[in-house]
Amino acid sequence: MKCLGLKVLLILLMFGIDARAGDRITIAAASDLRYALNDIVSLFQQQYPSAGIDVIFGSSGKITTQIVNGAPYDIFFSADVEFPKRLHRDGLTATEPSVYAIGRIVLWSKRHNASVMTLHDLVDPSIRRIAIAQPMHAPYGQRAKEALMAVGIWNDIQSKLVFAENIASAAQMTESEAADAGIIALSLALFPDLARHGYHLIDDALHQPLTQGYVITKYGKDNSLAHEFARFMTQEAAITIMEHYGFVLPGRHP
Amino acid sequence: MFNLAPSDIIAIQLTLKLGLYTTCILLVIGTPLAWWLANGRSSLRIAVQSVVALPLVLPPTVLGFYLLLLLGPRGWVGSTLEAMGFTHLAFTFTGILIGSVFYSMPFAIQPLYQAFSSLGRRHVEVAASLGAGPIDRFFTVILPLTRGGFIVAATLSFAHTLGEFGAILMIGGSIPGRTKVLSVLIYDHAEAMNYAGAHKLSILLLSIAFIVLFIVYAVNRRFDSIRP
Repeated sequence: MKCLGLKVLLILLMFGIDARAGDRITIAAASDLRYALNDIVSLFQQQYPSAGIDVIFGSSGKITTQIVNGAPYDIFFSADVEFPKRLHRDGLTATEPSVYAIGRIVLWSKRHNASVMTLHDLVDPSIRRIAIAQPMHAPYGQRAKEALMAVGIWNDIQSKLVFAENIASAAQMTESEAADAGIIALSLALFPDLARHGYHLIDDALHQPLTQGYVITKYGKDNSLAHEFARFMTQEAAITIMEHYGFVLPGRHP
Repeated sequence: MFNLAPSDIIAIQLTLKLGLYTTCILLVIGTPLAWWLANGRSSLRIAVQSVVALPLVLPPTVLGFYLLLLLGPRGWVGSTLEAMGFTHLAFTFTGILIGSVFYSMPFAIQPLYQAFSSLGRRHVEVAASLGAGPIDRFFTVILPLTRGGFIVAATLSFAHTLGEFGAILMIGGSIPGRTKVLSVLIYDHAEAMNYAGAHKLSILLLSIAFIVLFIVYAVNRRFDSIRP
């Protein structure tokens, strides 16, 4: 019982103590960056071997809510610049939101050859389940919904839709064949495991652009490594990786 | 197959730490509470018992949602701590620990309540009449006679904490080394299509869950058979 008392004491001592080592950053990123950002972070760590970097992926809307509720994230890479803008208006950021890439959505399937499909094929009875990200808080889901509405099949395929918490989750649902087809990020469809299957690039005239923006949060304001990483993202090496994953960089043409 | 990545090891350590702390706290606060529920005379008991059992029926997200609102910088607890110069508790280990204590509480209280109820007040009253003080009564009479209940309460709260997901994800985010426990890491691995990674950790949790339930049933059987 003595050890219990000690433990309780230790826990009480822990209250409010939030150790923050100097050379550490926590990056919160939209799930479409899952593979691209991991590559960029490894490259960054070659240059800064002592840097400790944690990356947390999620839907941009969810991450925004977490930051509003005090999540200890230094940088936020959103799939839609509107979310960092909202944080900026609420005074929760240290920098102006800035655009780092334009994303694209694709139709992808493991079961069918998506490269010869169009959105209209989703009406076909052989497609029973279609995965998209949750339009409410995931920008890629919102764009998927817009595209499906623009081609006029949103109502017809309502009963087939399954909603993933974020876009990587939608890709995973489709990859596991739990969904026959999915509308996912081009950056995920280009990941080697998924790239073995074809994809159909959805016309970007069918939806609002996926203007992706990042911001350094108020929490990361004095973290020099966070500013360093933001600068690194604008350098050629990082841009090459982003373009490799199908992102269009601001001011550059595909 | 068990060559685990460093991030897996960190999550395992964190999960065990969370389980251990939660169990210790629950035994400390659960024992007097369960005793009062079993032997008290207050009419409030039924209400308290219902509150304690809430996590059994509520979605963990409801608990996580309210704790996030309460412990975050805008919440009542979080803002008070901030005003006192501390940091708020959302997305911290302390935050998920508080969540786990609430979430696993019925699994500690219920076995203790059962044990204390079947023990009744008689033994304690006899011990008291022979001059044993409250502490003495607890360690020499209650604890030995109800140790089966304690073992079940401890193993179940520990195991249930390992399996916690929704509430932790909401209060904790998924920050490596601080709030990214095994169940959250498995979700993350699956989402990254790292099935091998998800598989390894899932097998681990599956084995622990089986072992814990095995212990619980073995203990129950043993103490049932020796009870008069």
